[in-house]
Amino acid sequence: MLIRRPADITPSDITSPEHFRQRRQLLRMSGAALAGSVGITSLTASAAQALPARLSPLSTDESLTGRKAVLGYNNFYEFGTDKEDPARNAGVMQTRPWEVRVEGLVARPKTFGLEDLLKLAPLEERIYRLRCVEAWSMVVPWIGYSLSALLKQVEPLGSARYVAFASHYDPEIMTRRPILDWPYQEGLRLDEAMHPLTLLTLGVYGEVLPNQNGAPVRIVVPWKYGYKSAKSIVRIRLTESQPATAWNTAAPEEYGFYSNVNPEVDHPRWSQAKERRIGDFLKRPTQMFNGYAEQVAGLYQGMDLARFH
Amino acid sequence: MPHAARSTPSPLQLSIIKGLLFVTCLVPLLQLILAWRADDLGANPIEAVSHATGDWTLRFLLITLAVTPLRRLTGLHWLLRLRRMLGLFAFAYGVTHLLAYVGLDQFFDWTAIAMDILKRPYITVGFAALVLMTPLALTSNAFMIRRLGGRRWQSLHRSIYAIALLGVLHFWWLVKADYLEPLIYSAVLAGLLGIRAWWRNQERHRQLRTPPGAPPRGPSGRRVIPIASR
Repeated sequence: MLIRRPADITPSDITSPEHFRQRRQLLRMSGAALAGSVGITSLTASAAQALPARLSPLSTDESLTGRKAVLGYNNFYEFGTDKEDPARNAGVMQTRPWEVRVEGLVARPKTFGLEDLLKLAPLEERIYRLRCVEAWSMVVPWIGYSLSALLKQVEPLGSARYVAFASHYDPEIMTRRPILDWPYQEGLRLDEAMHPLTLLTLGVYGEVLPNQNGAPVRIVVPWKYGYKSAKSIVRIRLTESQPATAWNTAAPEEYGFYSNVNPEVDHPRWSQAKERRIGDFLKRPTQMFNGYAEQVAGLYQGMDLARFH
Repeated sequence: MPHAARSTPSPLQLSIIKGLLFVTCLVPLLQLILAWRADDLGANPIEAVSHATGDWTLRFLLITLAVTPLRRLTGLHWLLRLRRMLGLFAFAYGVTHLLAYVGLDQFFDWTAIAMDILKRPYITVGFAALVLMTPLALTSNAFMIRRLGGRRWQSLHRSIYAIALLGVLHFWWLVKADYLEPLIYSAVLAGLLGIRAWWRNQERHRQLRTPPGAPPRGPSGRRVIPIASR
């Protein structure tokens, strides 16, 4: 039932981001979010795909990027390298049933079905800034919970220092051209993965993740460039040594393992000092750690962020 | 020469052909303007305008470079009469591309623009290509051809080869990982330059074999009509 395709025009297509935000603001102010959230979320997404969630205090109150852009302007190279390609091509991906294997240096390796993941912790709506390495940005209302909730279930061993994520790859429906080393791989340091901001993401804009946004389960790491937030994850592996990551493997001098948003460390080919928020005409200055410095700068104490970019 | 007579349009026909070509060359720009007005350029319209104008600059450069080989392969010598317009369209799309970068992408942030040109190799070569195109556009009229003299005009306009190479390099250097499109442009350019090099080489061998005093002969035994460029 949940895999039904959304109706052509959902109420959230009609709801302007401003109205959406106002409702959210109202919710937050009312305090009685628990009573209202289900009803109001279902107003903003089609019934079949709705994913009720409570607004998290970790959310930014900046205006949301429109739903059409969030669902229509994507980098998901497996489905094509034009921004419109994923929305066009990802529909064929089967996301039910779906399993995520969590393994490696853990006391209790486990395979989680999607239904387990949806019930593992209360779903929160986290409105995060998203900064792409290509110098554009969005504000996206993701739905999920801290990845730490999942990792705690498998009990990481003391020797585990990194977390590697592997994305789904199916050459039958995805590109066969070796643009990157498929399947797509990403990785975080364990303390980054355990940080409360790191989101195991199951939905966006009040609904189950659309395929082009990395259905059915992805991570979102809001202080890092977008490509660190791996999509359509099938395996999470805890390791002792730093895992290989797709973009770092493709061009090590251009894409570091950390990939923290940093206006002072330029991409070798373009400046990272500014970004264009999708929908804006003028660029705005990029913030250190994408504006999450207060929460995450401590993770990198004493590190040379130009060297470990 | 019945063949030539059959394949050469009358002045009126040529005017009509030129008119149609002019309108055709404007189609990509009109499409872009209409899409902009209909808010149909996607989530990042500035990027869409930059990419489209850049693509068409490269395409018109390659189309311009295709005129001479096409003329030689088909024997349709009047195609040469269309080359100036195609070259000027390459320049016009290039200028639009630059204006989109300056006025939309950077919004006249001259410091950022200067830094980009100095520090970002893909912008450096793209900018250089457009600078090099400017004298070609300015000398594309009959008056300047006369004034410069055929030989000097021709050697100036041979910089189109370097411009096309810089243009394709500009594309290679800005792509993140998917090199398919720049590869296609490179292959077409390599073909267009390669066929010239091959013909030139053939010509040199022929001249070495031809006894002095004999009239020059084309590959099919027909007389070679000297042309402004090859």
